[in-house]
Parts: sequence; structure tokens; C-alpha cells
Amino acid sequence: MTVLSAPLISLIVDVALLAMLLVIAVSIAVTRSLLASILLMSVYSLIVAVWFVVLDAPDVAFTEAVVGAGVSTIVLLGATLLARAETEKRNWRNIIVPLLVALGTGAILLYAVTGLPEFGDAASPANQHVGRGYLETTPEEIGVPNVVTAVLASYRGFDTLGETVVIFAAGIGVALMLGFGERSLAGREPVISPRNGNHHVVLRVVAKLLIPLIALFAFYVQFHGDLGAGGGFQAGVILAVAVVLHALVFGLRDTMAAVKPGFARGVAALGVLLYAGVGVVCIINGGDFLDYDRLFTPDIEAQIPDWILPSDKPHHWGQHFGILLVELGVLLTVAATMVTIFYGFAGRLTDDPQESGT
Amino acid sequence: MSLLTHVNYFAVVLLMVAGLYIVFSSGNLVRRMIGLALFQTSTGLFYISLAKVAGGTAPIRVEPDSETARELSSRVDPGYAAQYAIDGVVYSNPLPHVLILTAIVVGVATLAVGLAIAARVREAYGTLDAGEIADADRKAGRGPVP
Repeated sequence: MTVLSAPLISLIVDVALLAMLLVIAVSIAVTRSLLASILLMSVYSLIVAVWFVVLDAPDVAFTEAVVGAGVSTIVLLGATLLARAETEKRNWRNIIVPLLVALGTGAILLYAVTGLPEFGDAASPANQHVGRGYLETTPEEIGVPNVVTAVLASYRGFDTLGETVVIFAAGIGVALMLGFGERSLAGREPVISPRNGNHHVVLRVVAKLLIPLIALFAFYVQFHGDLGAGGGFQAGVILAVAVVLHALVFGLRDTMAAVKPGFARGVAALGVLLYAGVGVVCIINGGDFLDYDRLFTPDIEAQIPDWILPSDKPHHWGQHFGILLVELGVLLTVAATMVTIFYGFAGRLTDDPQESGT
Repeated sequence: MSLLTHVNYFAVVLLMVAGLYIVFSSGNLVRRMIGLALFQTSTGLFYISLAKVAGGTAPIRVEPDSETARELSSRVDPGYAAQYAIDGVVYSNPLPHVLILTAIVVGVATLAVGLAIAARVREAYGTLDAGEIADADRKAGRGPVP
């Protein structure tokens, strides 16, 4: 079965999205304005997210939409504010040599690509074996419909713990280099302050409506992650976006009063601790690290009333609660780390009064 | 092998080349980070393209014999379904989705670290241009010996 027998419409959508991506990528390469390339990058991420939906990856699309179009744009803009938007200086030597290197690499990769299985090939090695195995065993072993969540939190829970720690470490790294942003609370007025947004009544009213909805949606994405697309990573970033939006509209000082930088740091650490703690409880109860089947001892498991998760199939209480707790740890760490990173960039803006005045 | 069956992979390679070019050609440190982000996103596209199964649906298991399951299985050829379907429904491969999902979030965290370094460099040198930074180092006698 080739891609041609797939509905023609999905092929058209696929090619159209790819064309858009190529145009944007070339525009980013050509433009000299830093601001333009950041905004183009944001549009690029949004189109990538749409493309992920076309390719049956709603979980990934979710993440890319929030992270690529949301948080990384904010972080890039924050860094540009710190550095002021500079227009790049160019000379010919800086164009020809990199172009040759990039094209050479591209030529090798294009040659390699011709050896890949056809797009959509169900019999390709990548789509048999492990991936198919997860699809087959998830209902019996884990008992959650969303196989992506099952692989992420249970089968490969150890990887995800590592990734959560990497995110936590990145947050610490940013905080060590830029500070926690608390300096902007003392004395000088931050650049992101209400006086800049005082006139935008529409923005303030809309933001007041949106922020609770965004936060609520984050929790829906979190707790619906077992059943449909969603999970801790997506929900964490969405929750952080609610905080960032509050800061952009109402000023950093007000946001830091509501979500204190110290609180965010503590929560980031708590998330990692919760994740690792679940693993340790499994060891204590006689299993391996993160072996959720041993999360509860049999006599505790017998006491869990059936109404918690009504189902006519055998319950996997350990798996259900293990995934729930672990995803909660991911949510806490991701959300708090993103907020800490944002505070680091936004709070830094005030360090140099000359520049922050502009 | 034809252009249509591999169009995704060709496009992904071109996007990677664009990212690589931005990384190499830009003197500006923030633009280099943008190039890296572009490169990383195209890697994600490559993985997700590989995970697509023709006639498949998102890897969220539907109840066997439910209405959704029947509707989904009616879309694919019975012979094809007999070979590749699980309980009558063809799913795309979930594993690359998991890898890329976490990679995206880790990517933004590392992007933030890179940008934080760039911001500190700007504060120390007064510029974000890699060439000017190297010049300043050379003048101060800190740079690599030519």
C-alpha cells in the first residue's frame, strides 16, 4: 500500500504544508532582522503542529503548538530584548562557505533518503517490532487507551524521568546564569510592567477571561491524557503559558506576587521528587524501580473501591495511579521550570537601566 | 522509489539544510539558536513521518467492536487490515511520537539555556556577533592562539 492509495486530500494537505514550511525556512535563512526570524519561527512551529495532526500524532502536535509557537517564542523574544534587536552584518564569505557545507550535507542526506521505506509503509522495520508491540500489549498490561501515554509514563518511564530531570537542570542552569528574576521586585520598575499595558483595556479584559480558561484547559489535558491526546508535558507548558500571559498583560511584579519565584523553584524540585518517589515506593513494595504493578501492596489494592474507575475489565490500579502520579510530577516540573526560565529572562531586563528604558 | 512516496523525507532534508545553513552562516548568537531549533524541529518531522502508517489513525486504542472501530476499519482494505490492523483498526506507530514529544520540551529547555548564555555574553562583550566577540578576545589576549 503506497501513499497514493491514501485519500488524495491528505496528500494535498501534506504537500501544501510542506511547501509552506520550506518557504518559511528559506525566509528565516534570508532575512536579516532578528525579530522577523523569531516571529517566522513561531509561524513555522504552528504549521509543523498542523502537519503532526495530519500525520496521526496529536500528542506531538499539542506539544509543538504550545512549546514552539508559545514558550520558545517568548524565550527568544526575551533574549532579544536583553540583547536588543540587532540587524545582522553580512559579508560574502559568511554566505558561500556555509551554503556549500549545508548543500553538501543535504546532497548526502538526499541520497540516503532514497533508501528509506516508502512513506506510510506499514511493513517498514520502524513500524513493526517494538512500536507494534506496544500497541498490542497496552490494553492488557497498562489498561489505558492512549498508547503514547502508556509508553511515555510506564513502558519507558525511566527515560521520561531522565527527561524531566534534564528540564529541571535546564531551569537551574538558566537561573544560575540570569538569576531568579527577583531583582526586578526590588526598586526599579520592570520593563514588563502595567504602565506599558495600561491603555490596553481590551487586552486586559480578554486576558482576565482567558487565563482561568487556559489553566482549566491545562488540567483537562493533564487528567485526560490517559484517554486521549495530552499528558504532563503538554499540560505543564499550557499552565506556564497562563502565567506568562498574566505577566505580559498585568506586569511582572503582579505575577511574581501571585506565583512567587521561590514557589516556582520549589514546585519544580517537588515534581522530580514525586516522580522519583513513585519509583522508590515500587522498590519498597518489592518491585523494580517504576514498576507500577507493585505500587500498591495486594491488601491495599483490595481496599480500593471499584467506583473510582468503573470498568468491566481487570483493573490495573498500580498502573493507573502510577501514571497519574508520574504525570503529575512531570506537570509540576515542566510548568514550574518554564515559569522560572521566564522569570529569569523577564527579571533580567531591569538590570541595566539605560537599556531597559528603551 | 518515486518522488511522491518520499516527498516528506526530501522536504525534511531541505528543512534540515536550511537550519544548518542558518547555524553556519549567522554571526549572531541568537540566530544560531534559531537555526538549531529549526534543525531540531525537522528531525522531529522526520521521525513522525517514519511513524505514519498508511490508512492508520492516531495511536489511541478504540474499544474493539465499537462504532468508532467499525467506522475506522471500514476505511481500509480488508486484506491490508488482516495483515497490519490490531483488533480491526490500523494505528500509526506510537514510539516515535513519545520520543519527539519529550524531545520538543527538552529542546525548549536547552534553547533557554543557550539563550541565557547568549544574554550573558552580550552583557560581557556588548555584542552578540561571534566575530566581534572573537576580536575582543584577541585584543585582550584571551582568544585562541592563531
